[in-house]
Amino acid sequence: MNSVSHTATPPSGPSAPSAPSPRRRALPRPSSRTLLAAGQWLVTLVLCAFLIVPVVMSILAGLTVNYFKGVSSGLTLRWLVEVWTQYHASVFLSLEVAAATLAITLVTGVPAGYVLARSKTRAARIVEEFLVLPIALPGLASALALLVVYGGFTMFRMSVWFIVAGHVVFTLPFMVRAVAAVCASADLRTLEEGAASLGARFLQRFVTIVLPNVRPGIVAGALAVVTLSIGEFNLTWMLHTPDTKTLPVGLADTYASLRIEIGSAYTILFFIMTMPLLVAMQWLGVDATGQRGTTARRRRALRSTRPNDTP
Amino acid sequence: MNDVTFPLRWRIVLIAPALAVFIAFWLLPMGALAQLSGNAHPFDTYRALLANPRYMTSLGATVLLSAAVTAATLVLSVISGLLLARREFPGKRTLLALLTFPLAFPGVVVGFMVIMLAGRQGLLGALSLKLAGDRWVFAYSMSGLFLGYLYFSIPRVIVTVMASASKLDASLEEAARSLGASPWQIMRDIVLPALSPGLVAAGAICFATSMGAFGTAFTLATDIDVLPMTIYTEFTLNANMVTAAGLSIVLGIVTWLVLALARSVTGSAVAASA
Repeated sequence: MNSVSHTATPPSGPSAPSAPSPRRRALPRPSSRTLLAAGQWLVTLVLCAFLIVPVVMSILAGLTVNYFKGVSSGLTLRWLVEVWTQYHASVFLSLEVAAATLAITLVTGVPAGYVLARSKTRAARIVEEFLVLPIALPGLASALALLVVYGGFTMFRMSVWFIVAGHVVFTLPFMVRAVAAVCASADLRTLEEGAASLGARFLQRFVTIVLPNVRPGIVAGALAVVTLSIGEFNLTWMLHTPDTKTLPVGLADTYASLRIEIGSAYTILFFIMTMPLLVAMQWLGVDATGQRGTTARRRRALRSTRPNDTP
Repeated sequence: MNDVTFPLRWRIVLIAPALAVFIAFWLLPMGALAQLSGNAHPFDTYRALLANPRYMTSLGATVLLSAAVTAATLVLSVISGLLLARREFPGKRTLLALLTFPLAFPGVVVGFMVIMLAGRQGLLGALSLKLAGDRWVFAYSMSGLFLGYLYFSIPRVIVTVMASASKLDASLEEAARSLGASPWQIMRDIVLPALSPGLVAAGAICFATSMGAFGTAFTLATDIDVLPMTIYTEFTLNANMVTAAGLSIVLGIVTWLVLALARSVTGSAVAASA
């Protein structure tokens, strides 16, 4: 009998409970939670403003006639035209370096990622540790190291390939990791064993089973590599020569010496180059580390192990 | 169990190109750099380097700055990341895209953004002039550098925090709330401990990136006293290759120590989520 009346009361109020008072006692708690939520929103919006407002400002600055007078002095494409005539070589060079870097990291990184994901040995873990070092240690050190060893080979040192070498060493870990992550989650071993039992040789298996199944990892890694290569500055600044100026190197030059409108217009060019890559990464669900999100990976793993032809 | 589909011979063949590139263009050069920095008497050279007050203040300033940036980034990212991971609202994808857009920016562009905000014609300067009558220009000092480092660290860490937050078990928080815990208690006892491996990993990466960052300091001023700038000045202005090499090695070792420490605390999460 007592239990029936007690079920209608809240656990924290044993004495003389009545229906309205629990509701009155519960009121203060939601408002402190809404305060917290409001605080979180405030921080998020301030951070967004902090990150985006300068971008908008620099885009505007690159399009105004006179930055000091502001937008009231009129909009113009003159600075963009000027920057393009002077610096289009750097844009193409950046694209060339990124393409070369991508080609080399594809050839070296994809097989390496597969080996590291499939090997459970100590040696594999040590190799993995080592491969990550170029991004853990400062880029300046890697650049100095390259200069110390290869600075004497003038032909190599003056060519674009010197910069490509630096970029490859810096971006290889991202490709390896992206591929290894996908290899580890998709159940490749079962598929390969099935193919092997049917008589497929190793190369056949690699080309027809491994590569198609790790394609999302390859794409994610490729996007990360190209984005990083286009934006790479720390290494490139030390390795470049007046003939091999990439986009970020040109940016540093213009910021230091030229009008702010020209620097801003050059930055607009940079945004135009990286925007499509970032949108593609966002669309494919690639995160900051160059790997796809867990749900996408799990979905893909499930899809690959489901038999897609009926006997 | 024997992995019959992937014989050792093929493993070596497939990893050989990557290893060759890595050894030729990173491992051997770093070895040569270390040897050069020793200058035939490694012990004496390094002892002189570590005893030099100018270099050590530079290193100290860099470590302090990186630590401050890491702390600030973690706090701000947890506050924001929890909100973004938990709530669905219209325009969420756009907001996320906006927040992660600066990920691709090189240090120079970040420096330029800081100049836009806090330089001589900057937004904050104009605002402070209107509000307080005094133009607030701090882009060309440590505070400007702090702002710049914050600018490129926040997108990276927020993404990691969101990933960790999405794995949180909401039923634990609900249970705590039903037992009468205040939001602060829930945060302190449940959310933060669950997030901490991801936070430690992200913080270590943030620290390492800030330690080695060069482009931002280069754009803002050539006389900001952080170690990468000191290395650069030694190399280009003083042609002092040995000191530059030695300082680079020291910087590399300090960074690697922090990462190794973070990894030992969280397991292999650091390398996996970097």
